[in-house]
Order: sequence, then structure tokens, then C-alpha cells
Amino acid sequence: MRYYAYYPGCSMEATGAPVEKAIHTITKPLDIELVELKDWTCCGSSPFSGVDKVKAMAITARVLAQAEKSGLDLVTPCSSCYTILHEANDLMKEDHKLAWQVHEALTTVGLNYNGTVRVRHIVEVIYNDVGLEALAAKVKRPLTGLKVACYHGCQQVRPEYGYDDREYPDWLDQMAKALGAEPVNFPLKAKCCGSSLVISETDMALDLIHRLLQNAADNGAQAFVSTTCPLCHTALDAYQPAVNSKYKTHFNLPVLALPQFIAVALGFNFKQTALDGNIVSPRKLLNPYFNGKIPAAAPAEPAQKAAA
Amino acid sequence: METKLKPDFLSEVASIPACDKINECIQCGVCSGSCTTAEHWEYPPRKIIAMIRAGMKDEVLNSSSIWYCVSCYLCTARCPREIKPANIMHALEAIALKENYKPPTKTTTMYRSFARSIEQNGRIYEFGFMLEYFLKTNPFAALKMLPMAFNLLIHKRMPLLPKAVEGRHELNRMFSNIATGGYR
Repeated sequence: MRYYAYYPGCSMEATGAPVEKAIHTITKPLDIELVELKDWTCCGSSPFSGVDKVKAMAITARVLAQAEKSGLDLVTPCSSCYTILHEANDLMKEDHKLAWQVHEALTTVGLNYNGTVRVRHIVEVIYNDVGLEALAAKVKRPLTGLKVACYHGCQQVRPEYGYDDREYPDWLDQMAKALGAEPVNFPLKAKCCGSSLVISETDMALDLIHRLLQNAADNGAQAFVSTTCPLCHTALDAYQPAVNSKYKTHFNLPVLALPQFIAVALGFNFKQTALDGNIVSPRKLLNPYFNGKIPAAAPAEPAQKAAA
Repeated sequence: METKLKPDFLSEVASIPACDKINECIQCGVCSGSCTTAEHWEYPPRKIIAMIRAGMKDEVLNSSSIWYCVSCYLCTARCPREIKPANIMHALEAIALKENYKPPTKTTTMYRSFARSIEQNGRIYEFGFMLEYFLKTNPFAALKMLPMAFNLLIHKRMPLLPKAVEGRHELNRMFSNIATGGYR
């Protein structure tokens, strides 16, 4: 059993609820124990840095200080939290004036941060600590023949904290393959979904989401395997009907966050996979797998080469 | 409009955490070429950096350009001089809010509602923060969001009540200690 300090992030209690539920479904079979930080608060994400940088770094540091007490690696599923936690970690070492101000603020609430926490993304933990072989060995319900577009999103791999390629990552592709599925080429896999501005610049964000949906569909995907980021998942899933009505399209691409996808492959039922929380229902697409009637080896089209 | 240059603007920006390398920009334009939303920027990232160095503070902060940054960090990942343009944009946003510039964008209101949600609850209360944003900007625009909000609601992904955590008191004590109250 591997132990990690766990920081879900605010969205996991609301729009990201299905992803969060699926994460807790798969931790036990993957020999992972996530110890949630007590009374954690928001990391500030990018908007707070646009309001007040020092305050933003101070509230991020509160999370880091809490995690440091546990002595464990800090794991988060949210790519935005991941990036900002890393940034605070680095800036506190590089910028002494900032570090001093943050330290003073932490002291008033009896906290201290020495800069020792290792911040990790849960996708990276599953890829590196669990590993492809162990993942493949646990598969009870291979997703044979399912063509998926693997969406990594932006902040999981950028600016520099991801361990995967910053422009054309393929960890999700490798994991999807290990679970039996067939990743399609998806050139926009690490382009932004625009979530951070979806409230105030809705049309701009819908345009970005539309590009992702179109690109996945053009390459023959039947569904997405998305990173665990609740913002990416919500953009592709919950905003898909809005894209359809704005662009007069008929996309029907279920968005399975990695833990949901793993949960299906590990043999969990529909409820345990939390796929009932998805707005674009994957029920029809996945029913043959849930019923044990995998479509008779759908031959892969030679034109659809899996992402290298 | 007559340009009134503010030569101190460059050092003001360069003193902000993560923005210190702005002097090393070679104006290659990789940031603008990489920017996910460049088509919406009146002054794309490369130009913004040139304008900061020229001291064009009012032009930069009165423009909506910087508010289109979606934090995708393509510019930052690709910049050959490692100057972190995305961080610079967020630093500029903070200056604009603090000094009461009024750029033509609703994102300023969204960011303020976002920050207030953290101060009040300790965590982001998504429904409340969106409601506040729409009430302050254009309540009718919220109508367009209704089908999506309803979908999230019936899928149990949009709690209507806030979950204020104890940690919010700690956050506010920390905030009141940050006397400079700002980017520096």
C-alpha cells in the first residue's frame, strides 16, 4: 500500500464530483491510500494570482504547510491546483521577499513551511507508481476496440511541472492502451479547453471546446479519456450540449476521466464508476462492455493509427 | 489619446514574483504565435511586453488584452528566454485591479467574485460565485447558462449551498497580516 497526502481541490466537491468518486473507487485495487488534508482551503488557482499575488501564494502555502506535516507526497487530481502548488513551491525558494511575506502570514496561524513537499498529479502517480504493467494485470473488463481521444489538457503538462512531454504527451494514451482501448491520433490533446474563462468569456471558451470535440471526432474517437482535472472534464462533458447548440453540431462523445475509465476496466459497475454523473451519457457506448458482450473484435481501420 | 509614458512601469512589473526576467525578452514573438487566445488580444503578449518596457502603463492596463490569458502556459513552456509571460499577464491584472483601471472586460468582475468566494468560504463555492458574477454583470446572460446549470444540478454536480470550512478564518487572519496588501 502506498500512502499520499490528498488535496482534492474545490471543484471536486461540485462539478468534479463524478471524477472524485471514481478516484476513490480505484484507489484500493491500485494499492493507493489517499489521506485527505484536514480542513483544507482553496489553492487560489490562477484567478487569485490576478487579484493579489502575495495573498495567492500565501493561501497556496497553507496547503503545502499542511501537507508537510504529514511527511507524505502531496497528490492532487486538479491540474490547476497542481500548477499553482508547484509554482508556490518554486517561488518560495527563488523569491526571498515573497517567501518572507508568506512565512509571516503562515506564522500568524501557527503554520510553518520548509519547502520540502513534493507535489504530484494523480495521473502521474498512477502512471509512475502503479505503472502500466500492474494496471494491465488488474484488467477484468478490457475495453477492446474502443476508440478514444486522450485529452491531457494544459496544466497537467505545462508550464514545466509535468513529467510528460509539454506539447504532445502520451501517458494517457499508454494507459488507455494498457486497458485494452485504442487511442486515436489527437493533435489537440494538450491544448487548452478555456475553462478558466468559461464564465466571463463563454463564447471564446465554447470555441476552444468546439475545436477539441471536432478534432477528436475527425480522428474517429468514440469517447474521450480525459485527465482527472475537473475543469477539463466539465468543459468537455457539461459544455458539450452548449457547443452543439451554438455550432449546430451533433457531438455525442462521452468524456471518461481516467479514474472512471480505469474503474470500467477493473470491472466496477456503472454506479461505482460514477459515470451516472456524466452529462453526455456513456451508457449506450459502454453497455456491450458492461454486459460482457464486447463487440466482435471491431477491426481497426488502418488509417487510424494510434498515437505513438 | 496622448501617450503619457511611465518609465517606472518596467521596474514595477519586474519586481513582482515570477516576473523578474522580463528584461531578457528578445521580442521573438513565440509567445504571441503560441497563444491559445491571441486572436482576441488587441495587443498580443509580445506587444504587451514591449509596451511594458516602453512605459506604456495606461495603454496596457486600460486594454482588455491581458484578461484573455487562459493560463495554458504554452507561451511559458516555449519562451526561449524563460520569462514566463503568463505570470506577467496575471501580475498586470493584479496591478490593474488594485489601481482601479477599468478595462472593457467582465473578467475583472469574475476574478473579484472568485476571490471573494475564497475569503468568505475558504473554498470556492461555485454556484454562489457564478450567481454573484451574473448579478453584477448581466443577469440575462445567466439565462444562457441555465440548461447547463440544470444539467449539473440533476447530476449532483452543483451544490446550491456553500460549504464554509473552518480554515477560512485562518485565511482571513493570514490576509490581514499581509500588510503590503498587494503584488508588492
